[in-house]
Amino acid sequence: MRLSFVSKLEELCRVDPDIYLLSADLGFRLFDDFRKKHPGRFLNTGVAEPNMIGLAAGLALSGKKVYCYSMVPFLTMRCFEQIRLDICCHDLDVKLIGGGGGLAYGLEGVTHHSIEDIAVMRSLPNMKVISPGDPLEAELCIEESFKYRGPMYVRLGRTGEPAVHGTVPDFQIGKAINVIDAGRDICIFATGNMLYKALQAARLLLKKKIGVTLFSMHTIKPVDHDLIVSCAGSFRSVFTVEEHSIVGGLGSAVSEVLAEESYGGIFRRIGIPDEFNRYVGKNEFLLDKYGLSAGKIAEKMEWVLREQPGLPGAYEKPAVYSGDKQDGKNNIS
Amino acid sequence: MKEYRELSRQVRKDILHMVHGAGAPHIGSSFSVVEILIALYFEILRVDPGNPFDPHRDRFILSKGHACPALYSVLAHRGFLDEKILEGFGRDGGTLEEHPAYDLTKGIELTTGSLGHGLSVGAGMALSSMYDNSPGRVFVLMSDGEVQSGFVWEAAMFAGHHGLAKLTAVIDYNKIQAMGRVEDINDLEPIKKKWESFGWSAREIDGHDYGEIIDALGHVPFETEKPSVIIAHTVKGKGVSFFEDKLLWHYKFPDKEELSRALKEILRQ
Repeated sequence: MRLSFVSKLEELCRVDPDIYLLSADLGFRLFDDFRKKHPGRFLNTGVAEPNMIGLAAGLALSGKKVYCYSMVPFLTMRCFEQIRLDICCHDLDVKLIGGGGGLAYGLEGVTHHSIEDIAVMRSLPNMKVISPGDPLEAELCIEESFKYRGPMYVRLGRTGEPAVHGTVPDFQIGKAINVIDAGRDICIFATGNMLYKALQAARLLLKKKIGVTLFSMHTIKPVDHDLIVSCAGSFRSVFTVEEHSIVGGLGSAVSEVLAEESYGGIFRRIGIPDEFNRYVGKNEFLLDKYGLSAGKIAEKMEWVLREQPGLPGAYEKPAVYSGDKQDGKNNIS
Repeated sequence: MKEYRELSRQVRKDILHMVHGAGAPHIGSSFSVVEILIALYFEILRVDPGNPFDPHRDRFILSKGHACPALYSVLAHRGFLDEKILEGFGRDGGTLEEHPAYDLTKGIELTTGSLGHGLSVGAGMALSSMYDNSPGRVFVLMSDGEVQSGFVWEAAMFAGHHGLAKLTAVIDYNKIQAMGRVEDINDLEPIKKKWESFGWSAREIDGHDYGEIIDALGHVPFETEKPSVIIAHTVKGKGVSFFEDKLLWHYKFPDKEELSRALKEILRQ
């Protein structure tokens, strides 16, 4: 996803002389081509993220279109007040591009994980929050960000994420993309890296004759309100899937709409529980621990559906959850 | 100079009325920067109230936003604000808040009040000016307590490294911060050496002496390819004997009796 971002931005720089790219000393090799082609338009501001945001504000107040890059936690959480005041309060044309959203930097540890960023960025007036679902969405998102004038936070993964879309989808800020339309038992809203996992989970459920519709909810703010309202009227269950805390992210955004619509069906948030990571492992390992592998996502959905009275099939707790019970906690939200 | 001394009196009078009317804090901080602001707006800044969006204008950021009563008054005298607007300062449904909010039509370049932000944003503006080969310069006025913020030093290091000669910082060094004396809380000394070691060209002046202020501001950049910092030695509450150098007047507003005593003192100057 990061490669999609930088190659698209490099293209955009050729048509717009006002684009500048700032990095707080991160993106080794990532920006080599960009720097070669647009040497005066890239600035490494050093390990001083708040100053990068302040500089971006000053440049934008002088008419520049600024993209700021860093790893998600340093970009969004270290600089929260600078983003709030200098960027959002002034409604400036600054795009914050975060690399390594969620648990992407698995083994790097809690300092490099980000499971709270969507929650905090979503709370800011004027801010748009986007978490593309695959490399193609990331590319389209950067193209859209160029057309949109105002603050935006784009949460990317690392590199090598699998492609979800076979053809170029219609990507619009604030409009979800329908990926699977195969039944009304389950509606899944997935965002970011979880889109591919949700796609795999949906395929597993379809094999079991459970009807599934899947949307890529790449924009978390403004969330696709009309779509959620329409799904509330036609689905027995709604699930959100995200590589983010269940507090304040996509699940919260969708639940806010459903609650106000008095949705009477089943709603569950699938994400990372409200805790700091306590496992050691790569991204895939951690995702599985937190019930975010495709298999566990599908099992959870099936389990939740079967648990409901009046539905066919006996409830059986899937055995895969037993490993998480050693300390008495259930990691599956 | 004589007319500026008269303007100083006018501005202090405006501030007294604004702060008394609103029951607002920060009169000491506002009095401390009166001469610096008048010198900037009447001698230095290439700004035009009739063309506030000019991309090549000089930009001024009051990073110590809490001194905005002084800024509002100076902007009014300079033609950016209708003087009537000052009457709505700090009132419900009024016109002006107790920290400045970004509004170019009023000549306010940045929303400030959270200390430490101005220098970094100002460095971004100076960088843009440098990229564009624009004549526009950037002036940032900070408080002494504000300089304790790490954010300021991130910007200082950046501006020094990149030789942002279009950037000038002015430090209102009145030696008192929100809870006491700067030297007791977190001393800035040796302040000049600190800035110089960050790649800035520094000069110390008396921040109430128009001759010294205008001379310093008129000679920036002090060195080519270096940002400039003016360390202005000032007195908190300057101009009213019972405000001067007193922490209390960071918070207190004058009651009716204090207002009339203060006005009398100012008119005698």
